[in-house]
Amino acid sequence: MSLVVLKPGLLSTIQDLGRHGLQHLGVPVGGAMDSRAHRLANLLVGNDENEATLEITFGGPTLRFDAAACIAITGARLAPTLNGQTIANNRPLVVRQGDILAFGQREAGLRAYLAWHGGLSLAPVLGSRSTNLRAGLGGIEGRALRKGDVLHLNKPLPAQDLDELAGRLWDLRIYLPRALVAQPRPALRMIMGAHVSLFSEEALANLFSEPFRVSPDSDRMGYRLRGPRLALSEPVQLLSEAATFGSVQVPADGQPIILMADRQTTGGYAKIGHIASVDLPLVAQSVPGDSLRFSEIPLARAQQLDMLRETAFTQLYESLAPLRTLLGR
Amino acid sequence: MPCHTKASSPSRWTIAPQGDRCLMVQLGNGMDVAIGQRCALVATALRAAGISGITDIVPTFDAVAVHYDPRLFGAASSHKNLPIQIESVLAELGGADVDSRARLVEIPVCYGGEHGPDLADVAQQCGLTPEEVIALHSGTPAYVFMLGFAPGAPYIGIHDAALSIGRRETPRTLLPAGSVAIANRQTMIYPNASPGGWHILGATPAVLFDPAREPATLLAPGDSVRFVPISASEYEAMKRGQP
Repeated sequence: MSLVVLKPGLLSTIQDLGRHGLQHLGVPVGGAMDSRAHRLANLLVGNDENEATLEITFGGPTLRFDAAACIAITGARLAPTLNGQTIANNRPLVVRQGDILAFGQREAGLRAYLAWHGGLSLAPVLGSRSTNLRAGLGGIEGRALRKGDVLHLNKPLPAQDLDELAGRLWDLRIYLPRALVAQPRPALRMIMGAHVSLFSEEALANLFSEPFRVSPDSDRMGYRLRGPRLALSEPVQLLSEAATFGSVQVPADGQPIILMADRQTTGGYAKIGHIASVDLPLVAQSVPGDSLRFSEIPLARAQQLDMLRETAFTQLYESLAPLRTLLGR
Repeated sequence: MPCHTKASSPSRWTIAPQGDRCLMVQLGNGMDVAIGQRCALVATALRAAGISGITDIVPTFDAVAVHYDPRLFGAASSHKNLPIQIESVLAELGGADVDSRARLVEIPVCYGGEHGPDLADVAQQCGLTPEEVIALHSGTPAYVFMLGFAPGAPYIGIHDAALSIGRRETPRTLLPAGSVAIANRQTMIYPNASPGGWHILGATPAVLFDPAREPATLLAPGDSVRFVPISASEYEAMKRGQP
């Protein structure tokens, strides 16, 4: 009924769509860095979108299944293998008792998501199974996966007729709407922030003309960028205010930080803009050393794209009804 | 200390987008208890309104952030509707500026000694004796403007002008859990061991955040706090008394 962690990987954490409704108490939202890939993984195994997945960063874990299960892997291409055989991202797959899932060389992206049909038996903490490493909350005792961890599956597959199920899953035609497929872009789209007028003209010109490099000290809290200094016209003291996933804040050193899933709920730095929600997965999949560029997007367009993605998710969910029937849901 | 500017603080606001999934309701400008109380009140009213699509309502010093998720929009809500729905809650609220349900929470603090390594330094920089610092800090209830920085971590103020002191030039890399620290006429209590740049006056045995407790945080925005000086032995006894 479980799976065993033979190797934990570089940083593998349990995530869902985050801890909502508690930001006024200082509790960070957290959740999957690439929520698009997380949701996709869940839909591909017939789960609710908020079911816990394993967020696998860079070097993947090695896991042994002690029960049959239906899994899917999405997001970064980390060369997953099952018993040494290459397996595909973005497909529901049947794994059998004793199977070993491993990962190889990173091919593209940074974070992969592994979902199980039925999810894992983990108690939510403050309404979420997401792991917040800094606060030590959620997931597995608030920490990353460790060697020897045993994760319990809520719904292992019955051992009989697995070949037939695998065949029928394989025959399913799964069409991923365009809006749900990671597409590289020449520039991340940014909505200008309320503080934009505090920045110098040179800062704004540089923001949209120069590349910014992802710094190695980027993490689930924030992506720290290195590039031309984004200076304020004059020094200002701002009161702390709420921040969002994708807010681009600029501390005194002029080097921007894109706030990510585990961001603090509030912050006191000037925010030059906010990354459009549809482009946040591109940030989450970028790797230290990558070069990022920015372009401006009107708010209404960003919201329209956000809604289009939601519509695409709804379409995918509906088209996967046969999958859910096969899996008994 | 709470100031009341009822008639002179008309129910004015601006609503500005902060990215594509958050609206910032600005209710004033600057650190002022009356504005802070207005923020807490507006947050409570918005919460009670139960507008679909809204995931988080976060009051800060002079604004209330409304986070939303288009995935959760109901039939009646949309990007276009949300500001209108918020406006109607604000309009209905009128000019009321204090939440009558606001609590006064007493927080025991062991000042100075090993628990408050910066007390003497703060006293010196403010031209006061350590006893005067303690008296000023604990003498008057102060207001919880917001929680942030870490789960359960409050920003409390506004302290007497005599306690005006900036942040430490060099932040400490590790403050013990329960540290009670001041800067810019505010108090921060660190719920967990963490880095911090404020001056530590003392420590509280109170547990600011416990995810297994309901509610998980000791304080909430809109509360008032009275710091109650306790001795080192009382601090130890209270610490031991916790499960």
